[in-house]
Amino acid sequence: MEETIIGRTQGGPCIKLTNASVRFNIAGEKVDNLKEYFIKFLKRELRFKEFYALKNINLTINQGESWALIGANGAGKSTLLKLICRILSPYRGTVEVHGTIAPMIELGAGFDPNLTAKENIFINGAVLGHSRKFMREQYEQIVNFAELWDFMELPIKNYSSGMRARLGFAVATIVDPDILIVDEVLAVGDTAFQEKCRARIQELLDKGTTLLFVSHSKQPVLELCEKAVWLDHGEIKMIDTPENVYAEYDPFMAEKRTLGIKK
Amino acid sequence: MRKFLKLTKERFRKFAQYWDLLVLLVQRDIKLKYRRSFLGYLWSILTPLLSMAVMAIVFTRIFERSKEVNFPLYLICGNILFSFMRESTTLAMNSVVGSASLLKKTYVPKYIFTLSKVTSCMVNFVLSLGALLIVMVATGEPFRWINFLGLVPILELYVFCVGLGLLLAATTVFFRDLRNIWSVVTLAWMYMTPIFWFMSDKLGDLGVFIRRFNPMYMFIQQFRYFIMGYQTVGIDPSAWVLMLRGAICAVAMLIIGLFTFNRVKNRFILFI
Repeated sequence: MEETIIGRTQGGPCIKLTNASVRFNIAGEKVDNLKEYFIKFLKRELRFKEFYALKNINLTINQGESWALIGANGAGKSTLLKLICRILSPYRGTVEVHGTIAPMIELGAGFDPNLTAKENIFINGAVLGHSRKFMREQYEQIVNFAELWDFMELPIKNYSSGMRARLGFAVATIVDPDILIVDEVLAVGDTAFQEKCRARIQELLDKGTTLLFVSHSKQPVLELCEKAVWLDHGEIKMIDTPENVYAEYDPFMAEKRTLGIKK
Repeated sequence: MRKFLKLTKERFRKFAQYWDLLVLLVQRDIKLKYRRSFLGYLWSILTPLLSMAVMAIVFTRIFERSKEVNFPLYLICGNILFSFMRESTTLAMNSVVGSASLLKKTYVPKYIFTLSKVTSCMVNFVLSLGALLIVMVATGEPFRWINFLGLVPILELYVFCVGLGLLLAATTVFFRDLRNIWSVVTLAWMYMTPIFWFMSDKLGDLGVFIRRFNPMYMFIQQFRYFIMGYQTVGIDPSAWVLMLRGAICAVAMLIIGLFTFNRVKNRFILFI
């Protein structure tokens, strides 16, 4: 259960998972209060169903590589990303991460709707571990990237989801992180901004950032990633180049679809 | 032992890294509390003054002893300390559950949210000391150097509430109805603390119990002694003993809170 973070190591492994498993307890119904807990306890109904979101994952990712995570909904992609970001900790096994992480699991997740965009930028920066001084220096650049000059004094609750995403992306990529984690976030925003984000990711990749990328559309994966992991029901099914993985994955999904229709 | 030291050092380093987040969260709470209110920060002073006034009107007629002491001051000393405890722990309780959207998406040390809630209540409390000053001036209470020792019980209370807040925040993740229970507990606790009534021998065993085991008794009576000491408002044991007991109580609560929080924090994510 040890998690270590050490400075950047060039070329070596920067993410290493050894036999990592994540377990959830699913109660028949979710028990989250004392009253139900006692009733169920007295009735001896307090049984938990164990559910492994990830099973014995072994994965080594080297500095500077770009990886795609592919799989159906609920296959464990986001869980794997959360494990690497230290949002989740492994039930068994170890997760080693070297270097700084810029997580983009949901852009602008930490935004407080009642605060203005400007106030939120500073809080979001602090959540990512940046100092206020650093954020003041970067503030201009963030606003420029998000192209939201006229809206900085507006409370976030009046923002559209696209505007929120712009701001979130701008804050998340102000530093050149060692590891960039992108989960389905490029689906929001207009095409021009999506293009801009992709360009920024490419720029970071050229600088040697490691990328972990989740997308359900094939095109960006093929463009950005050199390796792919196929996850199925919490286990690694295949590791190869994206082209090869898709060659197996597409027929698999097509079959699943036809089965689903027959049912 | 060595591993423990290394871990402690690492924790302090992390705390330093997220210090700015703590400051920003406290600022946010204070800003949002009075945003769009006409009187703004003045409410921090007005609320305790008004509730003191109401209590004074009612209880001077009930308690004979209220005429022997500076009763408005007696009331407000007890009131602001107890309200701080109630507010900070109630807010702290929801701090982890309330930050769910953030905790699910990024890694942040989770105790920061609890600490920021208690701290923003502390800032509010410091503002409400203005009400205390007003009462002191209005009732002609002399200012003395010993008044500054009143900061000691405040500090003790803060540490105590951080510990209690951590404990409550951690358990609320698993048992949400603790919120309802807690409002009843604080109500009972309030009546078990000499805020508007006076300690007397009539209480018997209950009085002994309150003196020994009610941490709020230790903080409030101690605070009163330093603010209006010469009128010795039924302080037993002496303020210095209370100071020592209060300190032990606060540190013990902090350790219990930190320990519990730390043990279960990795499971939060599965329940929020």
